[in-house]
Amino acid sequence: MIGELNKAFESRVRLGIMSILMVNDSVDFLTLKEMLQVTDGNIASHVTALEKLEYIEIKKQFIGKKPNTSYSVTNAGRKAFTEHLDALEKLIKISN
Amino acid sequence: MENPKEQLEALKDMRNLMERSSRFLSLSGLSGVAIGIFALIGLSLLYLKLDLSPFNTGFQAKLVALDGNYKDDIFQFILLDALAILIASLVVGTWMSVNRSKKLNQPSWDPAAKRLVINLMIPLVAGGILCLIFIEKGELAYLAPITLLFYGLALVNASKYTVDEIRNLGIIEIVLGLLAFWQLEFALLFWGIGFGILHIIYGIFIHTKHQNK
Repeated sequence: MIGELNKAFESRVRLGIMSILMVNDSVDFLTLKEMLQVTDGNIASHVTALEKLEYIEIKKQFIGKKPNTSYSVTNAGRKAFTEHLDALEKLIKISN
Repeated sequence: MENPKEQLEALKDMRNLMERSSRFLSLSGLSGVAIGIFALIGLSLLYLKLDLSPFNTGFQAKLVALDGNYKDDIFQFILLDALAILIASLVVGTWMSVNRSKKLNQPSWDPAAKRLVINLMIPLVAGGILCLIFIEKGELAYLAPITLLFYGLALVNASKYTVDEIRNLGIIEIVLGLLAFWQLEFALLFWGIGFGILHIIYGIFIHTKHQNK
């Protein structure tokens, strides 16, 4: 059963990032930081890891003169996260 | 992350993040109470000005029968009165909700708040424009049902982005708006129930329910 859990989602920060992106079309860096209350570097390393797995997409653009980075979940990411949640749910049901 | 208790905690965390990031939950219940009181004060002033009481049915007839300078005077009074209620409500509602976000240590102007405002504004602006059209035609009696109806539609439309109670409040406002259209003589009474009394009741309800969250 544990085997069905996705190693990519083992950290709380990654679970948090995925949770936020699942219910929003796209979210910028600052919003992620304010929601999760962790450091810039921490978020950056986790989004990079999730991007490498192609679970999220990073979009960089300029709003006026300010650079703005926003993130959104990919179809693969949505599928992987849903499966992870299903596995979590099963695990909890069994242990109860 | 192997034991069930930790997993449960993680799930709780996620649910909380999903909700917080997609909805503006810092809506201040107490500001609802304040807005309701503003509406009742504004309405009382209008009753005094028109020399009517809430259960008097002469509202529409009175507006139609007005003439000359007195009519202009009444028109001006109604518009100023309505504008004052609107501005006071917007200022207090925004201010108290921003304060509440600060207290809950959450951003007050995040994507969820933006979505809430945009979805609230679409029906509200449409209703506002319709009001202007009716004002231009001199049909002030219809302002009460129009504002009720479009405010209700705006609340239902925006309810996906904030606390759930707003949806039911919106539906009741829509029903009151339709009733006010139907029984135009009692339009002000329905307006007082919708904007005054309901805001106070829902404000207290939301305040007590979400106070500790």
